Amino acid sequence: MNYSVSVQHQDFDVAEEYQALRDSGAGTGAIATFTGLVRDSGDLQGVTGLFLEHYPGMTEQVVTGLIAEASTRWDVRKARVVHRVGRLALCDQIVFVGVCSAHRGDAFAACAFIMDALKTSAPFWKKELSGEEEHWVGQRDSDLARHRDWE
Amino acid sequence: MADDTTLTVRFFARLREELQTDTLTLPLDTPTTAGQLLSTLAQKGGPWAQLAGGQPVMIAVNQAMAKPDTPLNGGDEVAFFPPVTGG
Repeated sequence: MNYSVSVQHQDFDVAEEYQALRDSGAGTGAIATFTGLVRDSGDLQGVTGLFLEHYPGMTEQVVTGLIAEASTRWDVRKARVVHRVGRLALCDQIVFVGVCSAHRGDAFAACAFIMDALKTSAPFWKKELSGEEEHWVGQRDSDLARHRDWE
Repeated sequence: MADDTTLTVRFFARLREELQTDTLTLPLDTPTTAGQLLSTLAQKGGPWAQLAGGQPVMIAVNQAMAKPDTPLNGGDEVAFFPPVTGG
């Protein structure tokens, strides 16, 4: 199985990421992608940006492990995860997950699983910025429940 | 630098800010676990006291998720951090 994981400050281009996923062989019949963006409300209202921190080295290992786990559960021919860190503005792209499979069911499921599991197990931390206010985001029970639902 | 007689201890996110520390190098004289190390650090007082259970703390040893009873060996990299919130 072919995969790659990038943790980076710079933005990514979904069209380029998608095109790169298309070279996964003639057995691929479905590509599912997810893109996460900076939203104006979270723990705080009127969020104007985020600061994202991660644990270099461990992050890549954890995400690679999630892709490996997905590939044992579903048909995964190629997978790509890009996650940004540093300071992000409102509406900026944060994360991209793309999965190639033979069929849509596997592509949707593997993409959703990687995203849900990433949120509760990959060492990233978000700080919301709102005017002068800064707030480290707390883990949500709903995110933990979504990850547990895959078990 | 970490060698086989020391531990490297790293902190991230809210803990890194509140403890005003991102990395510590500590001697490892006696066998210990990640949980015992956390209790020892909590005794430094002030913001360190929160490591004693005030807030949930996640543990990684050598960049893999670990538990309080995970044993620590010389040269290990131990990390303490708040629950993760990526994506």
